[in-house]
Amino acid sequence: MTTNAELVIDVEGLRRTYAGGFEAVRSVSLSVARGELFALLGTNGAGKTSTLELLEGLAAPTAGRVRVLGHDPYTQRSQVRPRVGVMLQEGGFPSQLTVLETARMWAGCTSGARPVEEALELVGLGGRRAVRVLQLSGGERRRLDLAMAVLGRPEVLFLDEPTTGLDAEGRHATWELVREMRDEGTTVLLTTHYLEEAEELADRLAIMHEGRIAAEGRVDDVVAAHPSQISFELPPGYHLGDLPPLGTLGVTEHHLSGRTVKLSTQQLQRAATGLLVWADGAGVELRGLDVRSASLEEAFLYIAREAKESTGTTANTTRDEVAAR
Amino acid sequence: MSGTLTQGARTTATGARTTTAGRMKAMARAELILLGRHKAGLVTILVMPLILTFASLSVAKGMDLEQYGLSLGTMLIPTALTYVMIGSIYTTLVGTYVTRREELVLKRLRTGEQGDMEILAGTSIAALVAGLVQSVLLLVAGVVLLDAEMPSHVLFVAVGIALGIALAVLLAVATTAFTKSVEGAQLTIAPVMFLSMFGSGLFFPLEALPDTAATICELLPFSPVVELMRGGWSGGLTWTGAMGDVAVVAAWTVLSVYTAKKRFHWEPRR
Repeated sequence: MTTNAELVIDVEGLRRTYAGGFEAVRSVSLSVARGELFALLGTNGAGKTSTLELLEGLAAPTAGRVRVLGHDPYTQRSQVRPRVGVMLQEGGFPSQLTVLETARMWAGCTSGARPVEEALELVGLGGRRAVRVLQLSGGERRRLDLAMAVLGRPEVLFLDEPTTGLDAEGRHATWELVREMRDEGTTVLLTTHYLEEAEELADRLAIMHEGRIAAEGRVDDVVAAHPSQISFELPPGYHLGDLPPLGTLGVTEHHLSGRTVKLSTQQLQRAATGLLVWADGAGVELRGLDVRSASLEEAFLYIAREAKESTGTTANTTRDEVAAR
Repeated sequence: MSGTLTQGARTTATGARTTTAGRMKAMARAELILLGRHKAGLVTILVMPLILTFASLSVAKGMDLEQYGLSLGTMLIPTALTYVMIGSIYTTLVGTYVTRREELVLKRLRTGEQGDMEILAGTSIAALVAGLVQSVLLLVAGVVLLDAEMPSHVLFVAVGIALGIALAVLLAVATTAFTKSVEGAQLTIAPVMFLSMFGSGLFFPLEALPDTAATICELLPFSPVVELMRGGWSGGLTWTGAMGDVAVVAAWTVLSVYTAKKRFHWEPRR
């Protein structure tokens, strides 16, 4: 990977092995350009938080290289921190301090901090300033955390599951704030469980699975790499060759296992219509018919499934298979 | 969520880069508020050294202190100050560090601009302030009530106090590394507490012990601290003796720092 001045986050061959020997991050490479919003998706335990903590400089990687704003966030902490905002997966504020006292404490520790009142208003906690952290709801704590992360108007924002525990309204408000930060030039890297969140916000995303990046790119690219699927059982007495020519249906790939046919296509309506018209004309029933349009969710599920079926395959082979389709 | 990002933001003059002093002040202020709200902890800090000093007083009264060149004042004032170091500062700080770690406060602080040492120091300030205030009160009370003469070697006394406080903080950090929960702290602070109480000359001068026992006890972490203060006050401590004491404290300091570096973790082990 080339060193580019515009790459605000640049990671190569990152590995993290915990003391017990568990390898949480297994060679992750990614880069995020200035002003970009990058989402890290993944199943539980995929290594999202472990990766993020290395980017935040909370721990040194077992192997590999991290650069944030051109510096190593672990060894050159003091150079990176004043320009970075962090929101951990779980709070980290003393439970007996009030919202305002917490904000004041952080403002005293943050270069270029906004006025605390403004920061609290930003996340709708202005009216809760006298309440102790202990008495806040889960969603309110999340918002306090976000307020502290954006307190210093950071150039880079790391958000670990920023909307977990928020209701729909809170989630949308958080998206709005994150989007505004991005529009003002902040580079954002967030992890999330919600595919909708990534689709809504991310310029680019990566899907992690078992410590590796299984797919990466613009939302459209990742979705496109996982075409729509049609599957059904071949009616008794029929062969694959009895179906209409698959190419004319817009099917790019087909697969037969037992009697089950799987078709991949970028033109779902055309393929499905052709198939159903044919079945109707032939007077056969397509048992187990399943039609799925391409979506991030499908791509995500595909990756999780694929990786489960072929445990031990590397991220690269998964990627190659994806690319081959 | 209301308000916009830029609302008044660009016009305010809060764009200054933080300094170590500024960050420490912010952390200390938060810790002072928290200490004020932690009633049980506050009681421990205020009452513990007093009770222990009175216990030592009743023992010391029954002893012939003059044969060790001591008076009630030179015996008990260093005792009281050491109780502040171990009973207030050390025990409170172990509790504070463990609580902040379990609440993920330490981890969160590490995402900020403050360095690791700064976080530990900033978090300790409230307990240190409380300990310092108490030390001054005890000093005044001791001098007035016990009719103590002025220290003959102020430097030794001052060095003893400074080293003792520093050691209390470092031992607290090291002890935190071995403490899994706030409840567990009751257990992990016991060795330092009890060894110091009975082996560092707080109830009776170490000279009252058999030679071998005295030699071993002199190597305990707070023994040299007590000796610096007591010998400095009574005038019974030579420069050579003082150097030896400083060396023992230095050894414990190195050991504490080494242990902390090796074992201290910034977030809960789950």
